[in-house]
Amino acid sequence: MTPDILRILPELILTLTGVVVMLTDATLAPRSSRKPLGWLAALGTTIALCASLGQAALPAGTAFYATVQTDAFSAFFHTLICAIVLAAILLSIDALPQHHRGEFFALIVFGAVGMCLLTSAVELLVVFIALEISSISTYVLAGYRKHTAQGPESAIKYFLLGSFATAFLLYGIAMLFGATGTTQIQEIATLLPAARSHTLVILAFALMMVGVLFKVSAAPFHVWTPDVYEGAPTPVVALMSTAPKVAAFALLVRLLYGAFPLLHTLWMPLLWAVAILSMTVGNLAALRQTNAKRMLAYSSIAHAGYLLAALAGVGSQPITAIAFYTAAYAAMNVGIFALLSLVSGPDEHRSQIADYRGVLHQSPLTGGLMLLFLISLIGIPFTGGFFAKFYSFSTAMNGGAAWLVLIGLLNSGIAAAYYLRFAIALAQPAAKNGHAVTLPRWTLATSAAVLAAGAATLVLGIAPGWVLSAATAAAHSFTVIGGL
Amino acid sequence: MDGMILTLILLAPLAGMALILLLPDRDEQSTNLPAWLALLTSLFTFACTLHLPAHFVAHQTGFQFEENLAWINSPAIRYHVGVDGLSLWLVVLVGLLAPVGVLASWRAVKKDRKLFYALFLLQQTAMVGVFVSLDLMLYYGFWELSLIPIAVLTAMFGRNLGDASAAKAALRFFLYTFIPSAPLLVALLWLYAHTGSFDYATVQAAIASGTLPGWQLAWVSVAFLIAFAVKVPVLGLHGWLPDLFSEAPVAIAMIAAGKLGLYSLIRFHVELFPALAHRAAPWMIALAAVGILYGALLALVQKDFWKLLAYATLGSLSFCTLGIYGFTAAGMSGAVLQTLNEGIIGAALFLLFGVLYEPASASKLADFGGLATKTPRLATLFTIASLALIGLPLLNGFVGEFLVLSGTFTGVSRVWATVAALGVILSAAYMLGAIQKIFLATGAPAHATGHAAGHPSATARDLTGSETVAVALLALLMLALGIQPGLATDAIEPALQSITQSLRMGAQSRNAANLSPTHPESATVIASSPANLKGGR
Repeated sequence: MTPDILRILPELILTLTGVVVMLTDATLAPRSSRKPLGWLAALGTTIALCASLGQAALPAGTAFYATVQTDAFSAFFHTLICAIVLAAILLSIDALPQHHRGEFFALIVFGAVGMCLLTSAVELLVVFIALEISSISTYVLAGYRKHTAQGPESAIKYFLLGSFATAFLLYGIAMLFGATGTTQIQEIATLLPAARSHTLVILAFALMMVGVLFKVSAAPFHVWTPDVYEGAPTPVVALMSTAPKVAAFALLVRLLYGAFPLLHTLWMPLLWAVAILSMTVGNLAALRQTNAKRMLAYSSIAHAGYLLAALAGVGSQPITAIAFYTAAYAAMNVGIFALLSLVSGPDEHRSQIADYRGVLHQSPLTGGLMLLFLISLIGIPFTGGFFAKFYSFSTAMNGGAAWLVLIGLLNSGIAAAYYLRFAIALAQPAAKNGHAVTLPRWTLATSAAVLAAGAATLVLGIAPGWVLSAATAAAHSFTVIGGL
Repeated sequence: MDGMILTLILLAPLAGMALILLLPDRDEQSTNLPAWLALLTSLFTFACTLHLPAHFVAHQTGFQFEENLAWINSPAIRYHVGVDGLSLWLVVLVGLLAPVGVLASWRAVKKDRKLFYALFLLQQTAMVGVFVSLDLMLYYGFWELSLIPIAVLTAMFGRNLGDASAAKAALRFFLYTFIPSAPLLVALLWLYAHTGSFDYATVQAAIASGTLPGWQLAWVSVAFLIAFAVKVPVLGLHGWLPDLFSEAPVAIAMIAAGKLGLYSLIRFHVELFPALAHRAAPWMIALAAVGILYGALLALVQKDFWKLLAYATLGSLSFCTLGIYGFTAAGMSGAVLQTLNEGIIGAALFLLFGVLYEPASASKLADFGGLATKTPRLATLFTIASLALIGLPLLNGFVGEFLVLSGTFTGVSRVWATVAALGVILSAAYMLGAIQKIFLATGAPAHATGHAAGHPSATARDLTGSETVAVALLALLMLALGIQPGLATDAIEPALQSITQSLRMGAQSRNAANLSPTHPESATVIASSPANLKGGR
């Protein structure tokens, strides 16, 4: 019998870290540097990361009256989220302007609590609470560039639309409760055939999907993404373009395969359509962008589409593909945003793609790594992005969705155009009249984060076996317990 | 040794790349250390590739120097490499062109040398990987990887960096080749879903067994065909070629066209889908024959030498395509030989004109004149390479073109053979015209003001010692292959025999379909297809 406390150990450690960071912040002199707080948060996250890895060794099971469930699936996503958060903290230590940094790190850590909980919660009310914890911290973090015009705009937009979307989710939960009399995911699955009203179930399902698809920024619920990414500080974008989405995808899988496996014939064509729409809308819009962060925002919408394409597969394969894809996506997105943050500096003076001209000449290391992440985003073999797409599309192909695969891969052909435009801008000599900025120094924290992301991208592309077996285990544990 | 040699050839450039990247930055401006390292690496790799023909057992079908290791379990992707007579000399050719490319860049690349040579060596690994992969997914990996260095190097080290044209050429090249590779990947996934394997031999056997659903398989073969035809390029898909030839650094432009696409056409279209290749053949033959004429006619009117070379290359690559899809033994071995020839001759011409181009960035033919006396070594070697390109007997171009033409004339169609022969005649006209304008033509009006400071003719230099050695070696090779083509064809022909054999089987299965009383509709469709009208097989 495993003590319940072990099943929420990473969340507990993260909460404790956040509290300690806030308290220490209050004791520091107002003018003194807040960097040690960043290291403190990084330390706490590292311990939580180890605890998440340790959870994989626990026997799968539930805790706290079947509201939380740990298994290989939750351990996989816990580890991934803790790793992303750790990278984001390391990036922020040197990249942020001087003020108010104590609460910044605490907010990141508190957000991580919510995201982690989201991947292990099996009770819809806990799901909702976890989602709110993670969202509220990201709303605040998004508005961190207070002195700029876009900063507050970004936060307000994200907040209004985000709370609207969570409201949808809550409505859905309420209706589902009305139809089945429970909010526990496994019970829903068993009680669904005996539901009071089929219409109510479908309505509840649709409302919940709106909420989750908003969080993963799939079209047509994507409109917030570019504005929010443009206004938020780049290290925060590195975090919020990856970790909350990873958590939301985990939630999506829990809902689809845990609560609604019986509605399979209903959600399959629906998600097909969303997948195709996301990649097409994302890629076509990204083609027209001149701002680097907006371009990457649209690219993340397209990637959500590639991810959803895996759901056309059969058996537990889609879960494996999604788990692997989220890992690869996190590695390359954290990497590229980290380097954007490094190159453009705390004041983010480089916003347009053209501003990045000459980076490869000025600093071959920085430029070369940016090139690596862009190549991975394109999906060239020997990088993580390739195998991510490969597993996603081959899963769809096994499910018989050849047209979806063709559309997806043609889309990745279009996508190559804008990634490559960026890559070529890096390779061109710097503009004569442009600012001949010397690149900022690589610090210990930044280089650790960037090199880890680069190494992860390469390892996922050259030896995907390790992560793949973890992802397979995640999918497998899920099938066993979820009763698919 | 034999088991590891291909891995060694693949890894040696990567090791050199890592060494170059680890060099300290401060040396970059003062010394040419990256270039020396790249030269040593590429010479070592070339020596390794020479191990292959030395220990290759001719007249033995199947792959040699094979290595087959598990890489990824699910999906089953294996590290499976090997060469046969078809790929053997192509690997050696890539090995040979690498040091030549380094020498061609020695003076042209002045800054960011580390990056240039690192990416250059990466390109070498990718190209060798394409030729030796026997696992379809591994092959696809190297195929895609080979795009990146070409695109980045063109954008970074393009010849006209002042305007945006180098970046445009890079983007165009990348998109032209990347977009068709999306259907290619779909096709690979489809094959995997239906055969459960990416292994070349397994997939080939599954296709030959005829159990795969027919019309879908036809689409799969079309996806393969288009992806490769773009890379060759075949007429109509050649939009990237002239741009890349005018913009890319010399060392990159000389390896970008031809080999990869032509090899893939033979290995992964003709050999993998023999029956379906038969159906595509009439179209490919027509495109190739028109491509020969089109390339020659456009080369004739070009005023810029790089553009002239691009269209001349289009012509000679169309020759190879014609030979491949004629499905005659002579035509096919001529096509493979011509692929090698094009690589050798193209490299020599690129290097030679690159030397003339570099000081003043002048590529218009009218900018030059009377250089025969000023740059005698360059002029001699340029003339030899041009004559080889034209197809003068005793030089290598003659053998390849002759085999293709005779194969086409006897085995395919006299009309197309005549059209192709017309292209040969025109090639003499434009190459001799170019020689006349660059090296002779002292009385040209553009030259009246000539020899003033800054004029391309005034600043032109002759070849340095190392350049002379490199091109002279290429010229010797042209002569050797011209006099004794058996050097290469002895290994190539047994490999082609197995292909022509499977083609015959493909033809038989088609004939069976023709005769089969249960398929009256398909019989009439095939009987009225252009293959039977024109081909006369």
